[in-house]
Amino acid sequence: MSLDYTNDTAAAEALIKEVLDAYPEKSGKRRAKHLSVAKATEEEGVTGCGVKSNIKSIPGVMTIRGCAYAGSKGVVWGPVKDMVHISHGPVGCGHYSWSQRRNYFNGTVGIDSFVTMQVTSDFQERDIVFGGDKNLDAMIDELDVMFPLNKGISIQSECPIGLIGDDIEAVAKKKHKETGKTIVPVRCEGFRGVSQSLGHHIANDAIRDWVFEKGVPEFETGPYDVNLIADYNIGGDAWPSRKLLEEMGLRVIGMWSGDATLAEMARAPKAKLNLIHCYRSMNYICRHMEEKYGISWVEYNFFGPTQIAASLRKIAAQFDETIQANAEKVIAKYEALVADVVAKYKPRLDGKTVMLYVGGLRPRHVTNAYEDLGMKVIGTGYEFGHNDDYQRTGHYVKEGTLIYDDVTGYELEKFIEKIRPDLVGSGIKEKYATQKMGVPFRQMHSWDYSGPYHGYDGFAIFARDMDMAINSPVWNKFKAPWKAA
Amino acid sequence: MPQSAEKTKDHVSLFKEPEYTEMFAEKKANFECRPSDEAVLAQSEYTKTWEYREKNFARQKAVINPAKACQPLGAVFAAQGFEETMPYVHGSQGCVAYFRSHLARHFKEAVPCVSDSMTEDAAVFGGLNNLVDGLQNCQTLYKPKMIAVSTTCMAEVIGDDLSAFINTAKEKEAVPADFAVPFAHTPSFVGSHTTGYDNMIKGVLNYFWDREKGEVKPGASNGKINIIPGFDGYAVANNRELKRYLDDMGVDYTFISDVSDIYDTPSDGTYRMYDGGTKLDDVRDAINAKATIGLQQYCSDKSLEYVASKGQSTASFHYPMGVGATDALLMKISEISGKAITPAIEKERGRLVDAMADSQAYLHGKKVAIFGDPDFVYSMAAFLLEMGCEPAHCLSTNAGKDWTAKMEALFATSPFGVGCKAYAGKDLWHMRSLLFTEPTDLLIGSSYGKYLEKDTGIPLIRLTFPVFDRHHHHRFPTMGYQGALRVLVEILDRIFEVTDAASDISYDLVR
Repeated sequence: MSLDYTNDTAAAEALIKEVLDAYPEKSGKRRAKHLSVAKATEEEGVTGCGVKSNIKSIPGVMTIRGCAYAGSKGVVWGPVKDMVHISHGPVGCGHYSWSQRRNYFNGTVGIDSFVTMQVTSDFQERDIVFGGDKNLDAMIDELDVMFPLNKGISIQSECPIGLIGDDIEAVAKKKHKETGKTIVPVRCEGFRGVSQSLGHHIANDAIRDWVFEKGVPEFETGPYDVNLIADYNIGGDAWPSRKLLEEMGLRVIGMWSGDATLAEMARAPKAKLNLIHCYRSMNYICRHMEEKYGISWVEYNFFGPTQIAASLRKIAAQFDETIQANAEKVIAKYEALVADVVAKYKPRLDGKTVMLYVGGLRPRHVTNAYEDLGMKVIGTGYEFGHNDDYQRTGHYVKEGTLIYDDVTGYELEKFIEKIRPDLVGSGIKEKYATQKMGVPFRQMHSWDYSGPYHGYDGFAIFARDMDMAINSPVWNKFKAPWKAA
Repeated sequence: MPQSAEKTKDHVSLFKEPEYTEMFAEKKANFECRPSDEAVLAQSEYTKTWEYREKNFARQKAVINPAKACQPLGAVFAAQGFEETMPYVHGSQGCVAYFRSHLARHFKEAVPCVSDSMTEDAAVFGGLNNLVDGLQNCQTLYKPKMIAVSTTCMAEVIGDDLSAFINTAKEKEAVPADFAVPFAHTPSFVGSHTTGYDNMIKGVLNYFWDREKGEVKPGASNGKINIIPGFDGYAVANNRELKRYLDDMGVDYTFISDVSDIYDTPSDGTYRMYDGGTKLDDVRDAINAKATIGLQQYCSDKSLEYVASKGQSTASFHYPMGVGATDALLMKISEISGKAITPAIEKERGRLVDAMADSQAYLHGKKVAIFGDPDFVYSMAAFLLEMGCEPAHCLSTNAGKDWTAKMEALFATSPFGVGCKAYAGKDLWHMRSLLFTEPTDLLIGSSYGKYLEKDTGIPLIRLTFPVFDRHHHHRFPTMGYQGALRVLVEILDRIFEVTDAASDISYDLVR
């Protein structure tokens, strides 16, 4: 169902020039490296999306990026449901990230699950002066009294921790000795690195160093054991994904980290294969498991029927003929649903244009899902992508697509204003400015409080939501009738 | 197959389908290694006991679900209320992403704000270069009339000196020498968002009154009253409501930070990065006002102290909501301005009292738990006492001992205050124990209360920031007589809903 189209290279290049002219010279030069237009390459169906990425944001330009803490606590660790995650430092970081990522889980909050809680050491001035280690030690004891069924504790460092020289690793070791529980210190201070991305990496390393080989629950392995890696179960995304994998006969022994328990994390090195959805946030631990335990890994994409089918086949190819036959059965099983969804929504969405600006995997992964509905992606970019993300993007986007890395508020607003796409998919910070311009918008981090969008079940919701946004009658009401057209 | 194009099920219903519930059960049984259902149930029940409550209140270090944010959030909010002002946060960039998201989720508005993105090298060498480049980029790109600088805890821990840095930036011509760059140090390890609000207001006043042209002495009175609204999630409507009263009374006024336009911009095809706000010239002239009133004392302590140091008289209130609080505010304004409270306003007051009298039987003796910022909790408790309700548990994470004393004095003014208690510095996990051991009829607070509502079954009424999960509440006032009427109706609606759901026999058509 993949669409064949190209976007307007000349227009995109002119736009880039226009926004760059608004900057002071030095900053304009730096920003120029992050903006480009996808070009045709010698390889059929692959474009070149070469921009500089994973570089420090320029001060004062309104970057949309977050920090390492957001990458660790907010993304990787926060969803692990049976651990208490301490936002270690002042109160704000834990407050603003409290229940904001919609990492769905099954469990009883405050009893055996702690995902939607804000637990913090609430640093005061004296902690900055005298250090927070003693209080952290005492706090961990108190948390065990309050939440005796917790399976472990993670310590998510906020900016001051690394600056005042606290030794949270020593506290973690001591408390592990005393309680026998898993205590994970994470050095994800917000000033480290240039974005959320380093936080993911640090969080991955903490799993390697403080969870693996520190005691694995009794477990009998099987030939079809896989881990579902880097799906954070936003709006329940990981569940339709799990369902598809199980339907094709695989056994998901660990979900990382949406709806995960610590046991699922610890058990992961026993799997036969790692299936990774968000490459950006968890490729590190997959590479580690490959090197250390010989577990190979496969990237997959469960957005939209074209990519789901391709991914199911790609995953099945790693196993025997039974699984391969099952994958075909699964694809066939959902054909009618896919046909119904496309029949219903494609006539309403055909030819509509989309601009994306998101994080992780979505700036590329959702492209074909839109195309399955007849829509065209005309611009995309990553908050915290690296070079390898942009390389992968070339397999998704067409020639002439506007590419923007670490876009600034100014650039994105100008791009949207000039291009006036039929839909923008980005985050809460971008939502309202876009809508005020009369351009339909969907949040593509939180699914705008909808979802799941993964799997076939999710595709129906995705299509419904995009139609809802684009074809809402409200967009016709922006202009007062007494104003000249 | 549970899904269809015809009746598409999203997360609300999809995961109740057997395909999913069975999958959840299998996952739990085979892979999760969770505690037994019996253990979960036992612990769940145990958390409802007095014994658990005592352990909970014995906590010294662990803070669980605190109802407070950090200083720079308040500073950004305050800065946003000035004419064409860009809030600028010196320090780590992740904080700014959080502030913008947090405010946007409540107001459903874009929240422009920049960071100067300090990273490891700035942690070592200081953030001067970031500030110099940042100010220049911000001013060039976004063309504000003022850039209001606050700090994250990173910049505070390493001890960056904003005053010196901004001077250096001006020397380096990052921004013109006469360009307004007020600042406030807003360490997140001191106080909360209300402190940050106060610091930024003071910083702005200080810039225009002391720094811009050297110390300015007050001149002839401009006859106006300055009003500092404080950090208020309902400011959009509350500021407008208060202006309506002031206009009606013919009082001249200046709001010191007014977010009512920027957090309520129209959808007409144009995105307004700046809209409304206090004119910078009005801030300059505010030194000549008759008096300055803080609507929320705990959001304006330092600012009012500074204003008083200029020889101006000051007064402060605790979020004027309810009959007596609105009376007191209007009388004070009348006293300062010499303008009478108009018959129209008096009639509004009468209508509010009329409504309260009509409904008093349903309110009398209702026990209510409240949480939020100290000023809000105070006024909410005061209004509940006026309605014959008992504000049994009054909790404010960002309040101190002086607040507790004020609350106790308030309780002592009414027979309905007997047995009511104020909890300063406590969090919502404490509140959970209070609600289980000493249940109330209602809970009043922010959206964060929904977890308490879920656990305890006590109905939550959302009346303070942040309200993330209900739309547009902030577009209607809570202050003044009209605001009080709205608050009254919200409380009554919940009471009636509970009564309707409680009994088939008592399912009365008329109440």
